[in-house]
Order: sequence, then structure tokens, then C-alpha cells
Amino acid sequence: MKFAVKAWSNGGARAGILHLGTSTIDTPSLLLSTRKGLPHFISPDLLSCLPSPESRLLHVSPLHFLEGLSMKTISKIGGLHQLLGLHDHCFVSVPRDSIQCLPEANSTNKIGASFETPCGRLLIKPVEYMEMISSTRPELWATLADEVPAWVSDKRNKTSVDRTIKWLDECISLSPASGAVFGAIVGGSSLEERRRCAQEVATRNVSGYWVGGLGLGESMDERPALLNAVIEALPEEKPRLICGLGLPEEILQGIAAGVDLFESTYIYHLTLGGFALTFPLDRTQINALNLAPSDVGSDPRKINLRATVFRKDTMPIVEGCTCYTCRNHTRAYINHLLNVHEMLAQILLEIHNTHHFLGFFRLIREAINAGRFEEFRKEFVQRWR
Amino acid sequence: MAGTIKGLATYQLEEIGCQIILGNTYHLALRPTSELIDELGGLHKFMNWPRALLTDSGGFQMSPVDGKPMLLTPEESIQIQNRIGADIIMALDDVVKTTITGPRIEEAMYRTLRWIDRCIAAHKRPHDQNLFGIVQGGLDPVLRDICVRGLVDRNLPGYAIGGLAGGEDKDSFWRVVAQCTATLPEDKPRYVMGVGYPLDIVVCSALGADMYDCVYPTRTARFGTALVPEGVLKLKHRAMAEDTRPIDPTCACMVCKNYTRAYIHSLVTKDAMGSQLLSFHNLYYMMQLSKNLHSSIVQGKFPEFVCNFLQKMFPKGDIPEWVCNAMEVAEIDISSCCAPFRYIQATKVQSNLNEDEIQAV
Repeated sequence: MKFAVKAWSNGGARAGILHLGTSTIDTPSLLLSTRKGLPHFISPDLLSCLPSPESRLLHVSPLHFLEGLSMKTISKIGGLHQLLGLHDHCFVSVPRDSIQCLPEANSTNKIGASFETPCGRLLIKPVEYMEMISSTRPELWATLADEVPAWVSDKRNKTSVDRTIKWLDECISLSPASGAVFGAIVGGSSLEERRRCAQEVATRNVSGYWVGGLGLGESMDERPALLNAVIEALPEEKPRLICGLGLPEEILQGIAAGVDLFESTYIYHLTLGGFALTFPLDRTQINALNLAPSDVGSDPRKINLRATVFRKDTMPIVEGCTCYTCRNHTRAYINHLLNVHEMLAQILLEIHNTHHFLGFFRLIREAINAGRFEEFRKEFVQRWR
Repeated sequence: MAGTIKGLATYQLEEIGCQIILGNTYHLALRPTSELIDELGGLHKFMNWPRALLTDSGGFQMSPVDGKPMLLTPEESIQIQNRIGADIIMALDDVVKTTITGPRIEEAMYRTLRWIDRCIAAHKRPHDQNLFGIVQGGLDPVLRDICVRGLVDRNLPGYAIGGLAGGEDKDSFWRVVAQCTATLPEDKPRYVMGVGYPLDIVVCSALGADMYDCVYPTRTARFGTALVPEGVLKLKHRAMAEDTRPIDPTCACMVCKNYTRAYIHSLVTKDAMGSQLLSFHNLYYMMQLSKNLHSSIVQGKFPEFVCNFLQKMFPKGDIPEWVCNAMEVAEIDISSCCAPFRYIQATKVQSNLNEDEIQAV
């Protein structure tokens, strides 16, 4: 793995280039969320219709495989690329998956990290986690962390930092030859603990940093300070990854603080709800924004395709969008699919929403490269308040 | 389908060579309604399917929404189908289960004949929609014959053999198909409705049928079952968890080229992606089967294809008797696939030996 910062904008926002596996990805970038390595709905042969290479970073939680597939078998098959038939993609392994593998801080102990999963509560020891990493062979992986929600006691929070650092060292010592390691940084909502953890991890031999324990109860107002406390202690030239931030505003917050990679559940939740992103991605559209009355529900950033207003709407979700869904299907058709509970609805929505959200990241990178990220961010937040 | 094949995008259906899709008239009439589909330019446009579509009459179902039987007149059925705009539309017939007996079957057959005239009269788009008649008559050859003649008299673009695939024994099933294909015109398509299993399709093709429809491939996929040359493969089975082979090593579909049984096993019944991938494979399998049936006939190698197919499915030679009987009538020699005892048994029957001299092996 290689990473280099290419441009700065006002504040902490930066644009960089990440070389991972066979891909060269511009950052800030989005990791697509997966279930057992494949998208929730998008069929693998339709993955190639997403913009490339931006869509090639996939977040995989190795815990997903514990339900029905042994690490031995995965190893025998040859790791994630072989298992999933995705040879052009890059896998980033983080144990936590903000949809179905949530850290269960009450059950975590000195032996391992506890997660609430579809196959029950699991306690994962560092040595077990590293076995998963060795078998699955992702290009990039984060060390095992003790993530705690914002409301735990100071004592518990301090323990989580100590444990996370201990597990980091253990994971690194068991580290396989290939695969870049990101050191996990926790600390709850304590600025001191966050700083302490970051400072410790910064001394370790890692390729980058995974900021964990966020999106677990802290408010959006608290977050910038916590992020800054962490980032300030980290070297500039190594990439930073964060999970659990969903909304566009949260992403913008993370970028302003200096985060480069994001795993977000936003697309998944939108898709499940029958929502499609519609906020304009074209600068000229943004400037000339003129919402027709029928377009406005309570949220002009997205439309809920279950609404009856779309029954006869023969427009694509977003006119001019080049995604597979908008090139081939209408709002009326998707409305029908949602009404008759057909999975194709989710497939088409996940394609569009992914495409659109990746477009949002592209806009962000353009703004950073042009040195006007803060203006872009203010404008975005203002308009969609 | 209700506007989509379970979990597959039109791009994928085109990729696997699907040429025609069946639209479920009852469901579409309920949601989004035939009027809406018509207003938006017809079903092809609505779902963006550039190839062929066929709609059934909508008369075959009970309401899944409110449980009431949906009563349609022939005129209503045709009107709805005219609005949906499929390339082939089906006449409204009076279907009865093959497992019942008595005067109801005869009543249904004559009603079907009366209704075909009403369907023809009601059909507003004979130039772009082909109305197929459906042969009824239960398992009674006399009734079937009357129905065939009646329909053929109307000179329809195609004919369906209906009322089967409903629980009758296989031996009765193939005999009805054989009788109909023998008497329906050679130069019009014969469509066996609701069939079916790969074996049934091979037998019916040998008997001269051309078209089929069945929910089996996608439905069985949702239960974790894959279609393979040997029959079926149950991916849910624990043994699959360690099996690193593809579902079918001879299959060229993207599922078999990229995934192991072990991985699919980890998905089935738990993740939507599992059904998706299995549906894709199963449909690909059916498309390949059709392609192979077609090309083997064109190349004059149909009997070899059938033997090959049966050998893979019944490696011990224990081919069901109904298949042997049907193939005999179809004049396809499958003796090479049948186990020796079976062949001997068949020849013993032919030479009229005493019953106690015929031994079950």
C-alpha cells in the first residue's frame, strides 16, 4: 500500500492518492459496504457498471463468514478475491460492520472483543481475528479494538484504550506477510483518552489509522473536537479511515478533520427504505437550483419511491444520471417493484444510490483540489438544512 | 412474473439468452393495473424488456391479497392483456384439476371452446398480439380430441396444452401431451403450460412441444436448490460448507465460474444474494437446456442428446418407466441409457411371458 497527500484545502481537508492492490484510488474515498463480501443487493456482474476505480474499495467484516463458512475453507479457496470472484477490487477488513456486527461493549473483556451478530453474541480474541485476516487476505485491515459507546464510565473508557493498544501490538505480532495494517484508535467521548490513544498508536509501525468507536452515541456536535484530538496526534502522511459515519454532513465533518477513507451505512439504509438520492451533483445544477413544487417532500435531497406520486412518473430517478438504473428504468417502474416487494427494487436503488454518493465524493475531491472545500461544505449544509 | 424475474435485472436476462418472459396478468392487473401499464406505453416499455413477452389469461388464480377467487370474463381477460401489450396472449380457458373426474371436465372443455370465440371477438390487437388457444379436456382423450379440433378450426397463431402440471401421474401427463402434439398443426408452436422440470421438458420436446413456462427454477433457488445435470444440488446441506467445487463444473454461467458451493452455502436462506445467484444459475441452466435441445434437433443429434441427458441424470440406468414409455412413442431410442435389467424387463413384457416369470430385480 502507498499513500500520498496531493492537495490541501482550508482546514484539515486533504486530497490524496492511495495505491492498494492493483488499484489507484483518489481520496477522500468511500468504502462500499458488503455482506459476506458482496454488496447487499447489487449482483456481482452488475458491479462493473459502477464508476471505476472509485467503487473498487469494499469494506468486509470477517465476522460475517463465521455464519456458515470456516476460515480453513476460505483459506483453501485462496482468500477473498477467489472466494468472491472479484479480482479487480480491494478489500478493507474492519471487524465492525455498522449494520449487523455491532460492538457489544458490555460483553467485551480482557480476552476479546464482543460483537452482536446474526449468529448471536461472539467474543473475538486477537489470535482468532488474525486467523481470519490470514485466511481472508484483505489488502488492508484494521487491528481489533474495544469500541465503547459515548456513555460509558471514564474507567471503562480508559480500559478500552489500554486494551485496544495491547490488542494492536498482538495483532501486529501475528500479522501475515501481505496486507497493510491500520492501527485502531478509540477513546469514547473523552478528548484526553482519544489523544492518548492516538499518540500511542502513532508510535507503532502501521500503514495508517482506523478511527473507531464513533457513530456509537456521540452527537455530531461533539465529534469535531474528538476527531481533532485524534488527528492532531497522527502523522500527516499516513491515511485515516473511519467507520460509522452515515449522513453527508457527517462525512463532510470527517473530511474537514482530515479523514481520507469512509465506510458508511447511508446507502444501505436509504435503499432499504425505498429512498433514492437526488441532490444535484452538477455545479451548474446547484447554482441554478429551482425545485419544482412536486419534487419537494420534506427532504429535497432524496425521494421516497414508495410514494404514490411516482406511480406514473416516467422520469429516471435523476435526469442525466449515468448509472445503470437511471439509464434503463423509470421512477414508475421502481415504485411498482417496491409495491410488489420485488428484490429488484433494492438492487436498482443500491446501484443508483452508490453511484450518486460516489459522485458526492467526487465533488468533494474537486472542491479540495480547487482549494474551496470549506465553501463547498458550508453551501451544502446550508442548502439542505 | 410481476414485472420482473425474481432478483434479476433485464441486462442479466439478456446475457443468459432469455428470449421471452411470462407476465402474470392477474398480479399485473392488481398492481400497477393494466390501465397504468397501457398509459405508460405497455409492459415492454414499463420494464424495459426489448425481447418477447407473453401474458397468461389471468384466470388461473385465487387472490393472494384478499382470498377471493378472481372472476374474469373472456372479454375482460383479453382487454387486460391488450392493455399490457405482450407479444403472445392466452385465451381465457376453463381449467380443472386433472385429479378430478366426472362431468365437470367435459363442461370445462366445451366452455373453453365457447370462450375462444369470445376471446377472438374481443381481441383488439390481432396484428401485434398473437392469441393462443388452450387445449383442455382433462385426461380424457376423447375430450382432448374435440378440443384440439375446435381450436384448430379457428386457425390460431399457436396452441397451448393446458390443464396439466397439476398433480396428475406422469404416465397420464405424457400421454395427453403426445396426443395433442400428434393432432395439433405441425407449423404452429405448441406450448405446454406450467412445465417444468428439466426431465419433463426433454420428454415433451421429444413428443413435439416447443414452449414451456415454469416458476420452478427461481422458486427452487429460493430454497437453496441448484439445477445440475445430475438432477438437483441442495446447497443448504451441511456437506456443502466445505465443498470448494463450483455448483456445476460443466456450467459456464458467472456463478459457476466465480463461486464455490461453500460460499453459496453460506448465503442461501440467509442472504438475498444467495437466492439471486442461485436464480441466475438455475435460469442459465434452463436456457442452456433449451439451446441444447434446439441445436441437437437442428443438427440431427437429438437422440444422442437425450441419451446423454438421461445418462447424467440416471447414472444407474434407473430411468422412470413413464420416460421410457414416452420415448418409445416419440421414437427416440434410449435403450443405451437404461439398465440391462430394465431393458430385459421391457422386452419380456413385449414377448408376453407369464406374469410370474417376470422377476423384479
